[in-house]
Amino acid sequence: MADKVEFELVSPEKLLKSLPVDMVVVPGAEGDFGVLAGHAPMIATVRPGVIEVYEGDRVVDRVFVAGGFAEVTGTRCTVLAEEAQALSAIDRAAVEKAIKDLSEDLSDAASDADKAAVEAKLAVAQAKLDALATPGAAH
Amino acid sequence: MPNLKDLKNRISSVQSTRKITSAMKMVAASKLRRAQEQAQASGPYAERMGRMLASLAANVQGSGNGPKLMTGTGSDSVHLVVIVSSDRGLCGAFNGSIVREAKRQITRLQGEGKTVKLLTVGRKARDQLRREFGALMVHGYEDVGRRRLSFADADMVSQKVLTMFDAGEFDVCTIIFNKFKSAISQIVTVQQLIPFAVPETDAAPADEVKAVYEFEPDEEQILAELLPRNLSIQVYRALLESAASEQGARMTAMDNATRNAGDMINKLTITYNRTRQAYITKELIEIISGAEAL
Repeated sequence: MADKVEFELVSPEKLLKSLPVDMVVVPGAEGDFGVLAGHAPMIATVRPGVIEVYEGDRVVDRVFVAGGFAEVTGTRCTVLAEEAQALSAIDRAAVEKAIKDLSEDLSDAASDADKAAVEAKLAVAQAKLDALATPGAAH
Repeated sequence: MPNLKDLKNRISSVQSTRKITSAMKMVAASKLRRAQEQAQASGPYAERMGRMLASLAANVQGSGNGPKLMTGTGSDSVHLVVIVSSDRGLCGAFNGSIVREAKRQITRLQGEGKTVKLLTVGRKARDQLRREFGALMVHGYEDVGRRRLSFADADMVSQKVLTMFDAGEFDVCTIIFNKFKSAISQIVTVQQLIPFAVPETDAAPADEVKAVYEFEPDEEQILAELLPRNLSIQVYRALLESAASEQGARMTAMDNATRNAGDMINKLTITYNRTRQAYITKELIEIISGAEAL
């Protein structure tokens, strides 16, 4: 584990993280992928889920992202996130409430466009809840 | 001869005006710093997004059928103009220059026989354009980012633009905003949002241009998601620039007003002193000539 990957997490409002790490696991739209140094260059979409940052073979950081894009080169892994939140900062009760509210909104939504927007939000909230449910999340 | 009491009132009123303008100047200065920091913080995202887009676009352009947001609808008969101004006044020529440029653009487009639609952000542009072009206005946003401009505010505007675009309500979208150059100079910028012009990549390091990316899922799908995102980013950047410019313009305007008030106070004080002396002299003359008459 000599080589490191420069991991960058960027939201539209600021540069959230920029640090060299051993490995990151990114929830890609077509499945999670781990990035080590020397990864083939790739651009992928990111689904709502948890980014895991590895130091050695230990997870040192978990960040929830609500979708976005990832750009990977041999030395760098850049994630453009729409919304990012440290997993430990997520409040389970608030998420559960959001899901309940959104489910109600969904049945009220009149047009297809409204429905799609609410469904997207619901998916993000659901992913948050799933992320909390995974073991090791209490970290 | 002016009345002494009136002069005194005048001086004190100008003094309180000066207090207000200098306070506003300081408030604007601190808001300007915050706005500048925010604009800087959004830099990395925009820059990386641009880089991604450039490499994606290079791949897609070969196949010839990119998404509509990039290639356009094929015609350019309906133009949507987004005008970014401020909600409040007292910021010098900030809103005036935006409105002037907007009017010029509208007249030019109309002269070419195009249909123009307007979307305004900020109360001032709406108010100043309503009389002349009220019929063209689609929607006006107010109080955008009143406390602190967030990405969600920009997203709201760009979603509206996207919905209109998807409904085929316009072909070309441009945004007019004040670009921040320095506290004393803002540049009115006209930027085309749709169809999106791919940024030039000559600034990127050579090894990254050469890197052949894998795409997951394929280029078109990523591009289809990336472009609306990019639109939001462009709008966000424009709003940030405009917010910083507004505070800069206000700071300069208030600085000038404060200085002007100071000059006025000096002049009024001189007049006041002269008048007072003239009164004293007049009274002395009256006493002396009264005594001589005896």
